[in-house]
Amino acid sequence: MILNTVGQRRALLERSRTVAMVGASPNPTRPSYFVFSYLRTRGVFEVTPINPAVTSIDGVRAYPSLAAYAAERGAPDIVDVFRKPADAPEVVREALAAGAKAIWFQYGVINEEAIRLADEAGIDVVVDRCLKVESARFDGGLSTGGLNSGLITSRRPQPLGARRPQPLDAGATQPLDAGATQPLGAGRR
Amino acid sequence: MPDHEFGFRTRALHAGTPPDPTTGARAMPIYFSSSFVFDSTEHAAELFALRTYGNIYSRIGNPTVAAFEERMASLEGGLGGIATASGLAAQLTAVLSLAQAGDHLVASANLYGGTVTQFTVTLKRMGIECTLVPGDDLAAVRAAIRPETRALFTETIGNPAGNVADLEAWADAAHAHGLPLLVDNTFATPVLCRPIEWGADVVVQSATKFLSGHGTVIAGIIVESGTFPWGAGRHPLLSQPSPGYHDMNFAETFGEYAFLMRARAEVMRDVGACLSPMNAWLLLQSLESLPLRMPAHVANARIVADFLRGREEVAWIDYAEFADSPYHAAARKYLPDGAGAIFTFGLRGGRPAGRAFIEALELWSHLANVGDGKSLVIHPASTTHQQLDDAQLRASGVTPEMVRLSVGLEDPADLLWDLENGLRAARLAADREALGA
Repeated sequence: MILNTVGQRRALLERSRTVAMVGASPNPTRPSYFVFSYLRTRGVFEVTPINPAVTSIDGVRAYPSLAAYAAERGAPDIVDVFRKPADAPEVVREALAAGAKAIWFQYGVINEEAIRLADEAGIDVVVDRCLKVESARFDGGLSTGGLNSGLITSRRPQPLGARRPQPLDAGATQPLDAGATQPLGAGRR
Repeated sequence: MPDHEFGFRTRALHAGTPPDPTTGARAMPIYFSSSFVFDSTEHAAELFALRTYGNIYSRIGNPTVAAFEERMASLEGGLGGIATASGLAAQLTAVLSLAQAGDHLVASANLYGGTVTQFTVTLKRMGIECTLVPGDDLAAVRAAIRPETRALFTETIGNPAGNVADLEAWADAAHAHGLPLLVDNTFATPVLCRPIEWGADVVVQSATKFLSGHGTVIAGIIVESGTFPWGAGRHPLLSQPSPGYHDMNFAETFGEYAFLMRARAEVMRDVGACLSPMNAWLLLQSLESLPLRMPAHVANARIVADFLRGREEVAWIDYAEFADSPYHAAARKYLPDGAGAIFTFGLRGGRPAGRAFIEALELWSHLANVGDGKSLVIHPASTTHQQLDDAQLRASGVTPEMVRLSVGLEDPADLLWDLENGLRAARLAADREALGA
């Protein structure tokens, strides 16, 4: 299903834990690096680069393909696509073979065939959105920057992932700013 | 999270201010803190590299200021906002975010006098040229565009002449040349006009006026639409590596957020005209009632304008609400709920009548501001526009006998009572002048 609304995107992010980022770059000026670094340091998702040209980015092991990722780590919850639009259908086929539950096309990665392939396979599809921006919409990041989150609520905001039943494997990614309100005993193993 | 489109009044109360996540405080707290701690050196590095969102230093961003910025972005229908120390700071910050020495702007000549001097004197000293053109002459606007032009600029409602800009035509002229349209929406506020809906790309305003509404704070706000193609090549400051931010290419890295990110990370950082959290909090309070205040301002303005129009002491009155105004059609299109509450009129008897009128008033405040809940009056030729030469004065629509009113929220009968006294004094002064006394 193509997810067009804010509520649908929040629900996807709430139920997802693993993100395989196809085309993640280690070049610190590239948008894909900005998204990778943001997701890694926020620690809400377990984010993994899929890039045959690198072995790791910032200490996170990279896999050469979605197939290689799935063989070791299982099906990813979200495949995040940083590739040119013409490559998108092939990425969708690989994502479906890897058992991906959702595919996320970043800004400008618009390919009708790829969208149709993913939609017809019954997985969730997000098109022409940024995973960093949508994460930041729900975890207060956009609001911190004076950006219009579009959110109106009189309930105390819950951090993204707070309602997720399974906590993250603490060893995989340590949230950078979790120290903001560290409850007593939070560091206990 | 339910999917629902919230209305303007709801957003004026709620946008940007969910309950405080830490304390549950329902009202926005005032974060009086110059700086904010880093959780680690890596966290600090991520913040400075703009890879994560967070507070560093209140010159660049502050939680209370950000709440005001987000609420204004919501009300104007934009991607985000940047609050500044004043309306002029908002303009300067917006211009410096897209133009540098050697660049050029095209602006309506019918602007606030302070804007005219900022654009034609101060910016010129910094190497940015500005051509002023008659605001109603779109052919002149187009003809003034050069290869080095970076933006067009107009006010929704001109100060003080009350001319209403044909925003769609201005936007079309800008976009046909790959340029953004910057609009000063101070006199309309997003209650009466949302320029982004008519094609504007950047909206600036003096928040000192109706947005504050109580004559208490000096403040400005920039809102950007998020739809302008900053990376198309016409704006090297945004589409080329920036030496001001370790060679970051803002358009490539941030896409639709390029303008707002550069404006905050470079221009707010280096120019430093930031808003105090106290002032941002006062503005958040004021915005809650903005959708209720603006219609009341307009209703009182119509009563006052009708009263003056019937008086023999009044030579002319310019208010786009009147059907015979040259701007009536534009006002119906762009300002269907009212052409604001600020207008000008001319007294018979010229300068002496104007002086007598203002000095006889008891309730109307004689001062250099507009958009207060209290009614205000001024004689532009001797105050706000006194720094302009005669040619610029005429070009901006100001004449020696012109009086500008900013109609407030008092009982209209009291406003008319006071104006009656002023008109009587003006008539006596005009008669004395005529008799050569």
